[in-house]
Amino acid sequence: MKILVTVKEVAAVDDEFEIDGLAIDDRYVTADLNEWDEYAVEAAVQIKEAHDDVEVVTATIGPSETDETIRQALAKGADRAIRVWDEALDDAGLLDPETKAEVLAAVAAEEDPDLVLTGVQSADDGFGATGVTLADKLDMEWGAVVNNLDLDLEAGVASVHRELEGGVEELTDIEIPAVLTIQTGINDPRYASLRGIRQAQSKELAEYSLTDIGLDAAGIESPLEQTSLYEPETEGDATVFEGSPEETAAELAELLAEKGVTS
Amino acid sequence: MSVLAIAEHRRGELRPVSLEQLAAGRDLADELGSELHTAVIGGDVEAFGAELNREGVDAVHTVDIGEEFNHDVYTQVVTQLATELDPTVLLMPNSVNGLDYAPAVANRLDRPLVTDVVDIDAEDGLTATRELYGSKAETTIDVHADQAAVTIRPAEWPTIEADGDAAIEAFDATIDESAVKSTVKGFEEVGGGDIDITDADVLVSVGRGIEEEENLDIIHDLADALDATVSGSRPLIDNGWLAKDRQVGQSGKVVTPDVYIAVGISGAVQHVAGMKGSDTIVAINTDPNAPIFDIADYGIQDDLFEVVPALIEQFQ
Repeated sequence: MKILVTVKEVAAVDDEFEIDGLAIDDRYVTADLNEWDEYAVEAAVQIKEAHDDVEVVTATIGPSETDETIRQALAKGADRAIRVWDEALDDAGLLDPETKAEVLAAVAAEEDPDLVLTGVQSADDGFGATGVTLADKLDMEWGAVVNNLDLDLEAGVASVHRELEGGVEELTDIEIPAVLTIQTGINDPRYASLRGIRQAQSKELAEYSLTDIGLDAAGIESPLEQTSLYEPETEGDATVFEGSPEETAAELAELLAEKGVTS
Repeated sequence: MSVLAIAEHRRGELRPVSLEQLAAGRDLADELGSELHTAVIGGDVEAFGAELNREGVDAVHTVDIGEEFNHDVYTQVVTQLATELDPTVLLMPNSVNGLDYAPAVANRLDRPLVTDVVDIDAEDGLTATRELYGSKAETTIDVHADQAAVTIRPAEWPTIEADGDAAIEAFDATIDESAVKSTVKGFEEVGGGDIDITDADVLVSVGRGIEEEENLDIIHDLADALDATVSGSRPLIDNGWLAKDRQVGQSGKVVTPDVYIAVGISGAVQHVAGMKGSDTIVAINTDPNAPIFDIADYGIQDDLFEVVPALIEQFQ
């Protein structure tokens, strides 16, 4: 059995930052493995540990600078990695879910996985749509926002919980092969062990261009164009207590007492 | 030209986003000089159809298939409806279920998809506003296509309350049963504890700023001192530090206590969705730019590890 996990490097932005044109100035940005993908990797590795003959392969769209992030996934137990990058992707600007799914579908077509796991969304652009678009392109079944997964390989069914709004979960059986988008909290992602980090260095990380995976670079054109980036206006009119912690705590205590909050 | 908004319902009730979409859709339709259509799929479509007949809606399409949401069915029906009506903009909710079918529909219709929009206009081509980096930045996006699919963020538009005089029409969809490969078995309320946080008058709610599980002791001490109930934001529940039914937010509980004290919570939109209706909101956070201060009534911009013990002392 083969599990393909999509892994994205995302930009984490400091609390205070400056905008430079259409991007956050590099000084305020740190690269990191997308939090949702971390849970997807863990889910795949747990399946691998529970069953025989399971291979976990990661797929990433990104330049060579993302290799370090991909190695994090390898250190946590993925077997090998694929990274796709091309000047055409670099030039396309804002990649829409369809373009990303097209690239990942080409990788999946080569790998022929039984299960694809993606994060529900990415922490930076947060489209939350690549996984389901990918499923539809692959003509696979899917499930979005999965926070519990029970795989019955013999029956070919993934019994999942989908986390709906308002503290309600939907219980759904999904035929596999399928794409599942994984919600945080589904598991407890492991830290990479020193041994895992060492091993990750020698695991295969294949780099492909669009042509390598059978796509035409000329066909890569995002229909979405980012035209501005700015800090949202704050609407806050909070009364902020000033002073030492003792002083602010005293003011807050007085307020709470006025509101009838007492022990 | 038209705008088509797909309604959402669950367990017999239309979800508010269904009516918010009508406000967003009416604005778009006015800009386009077009009609606004809405559609509801499954459940008591007659009742839902009547409920969706609000001011400004030109037509309500009812599709009497199934009881609850099934993404395989929705994908097929919405694709057929959009093919038939050929709307300029297809609106769907940016809800968990919306994100479970909208991407597939957009793919089948070969339309660009813009998700989680907080503002949108069609005066000079379609321009959508979205948030990036966990709401820290906002961006505008031009959509270079004649027709698009868009999911709108719940609670960003008002609901249209006034009754309308729309034509209510049944739509006959053809379902390819062999392509229905998922079966919804039921629903489950999240549990884990014995407290209903929606009943609490005072909530001390804790977020990622607490850093370590053992640091939660001071939060429990504060709650004891205030005779309050402890709740939390998503990361705490994901870490297993608090029971699932203590989660406040879009995917947790919606709470409206008299006093909500947010300790070390930055105020991500998913969290705010669950607590903004509280009477008095107090935020304690080191970061003065944290979005929680935008909705707080009172704030302390300081280290919670110094403020909370000092506050406990005030009540002892």
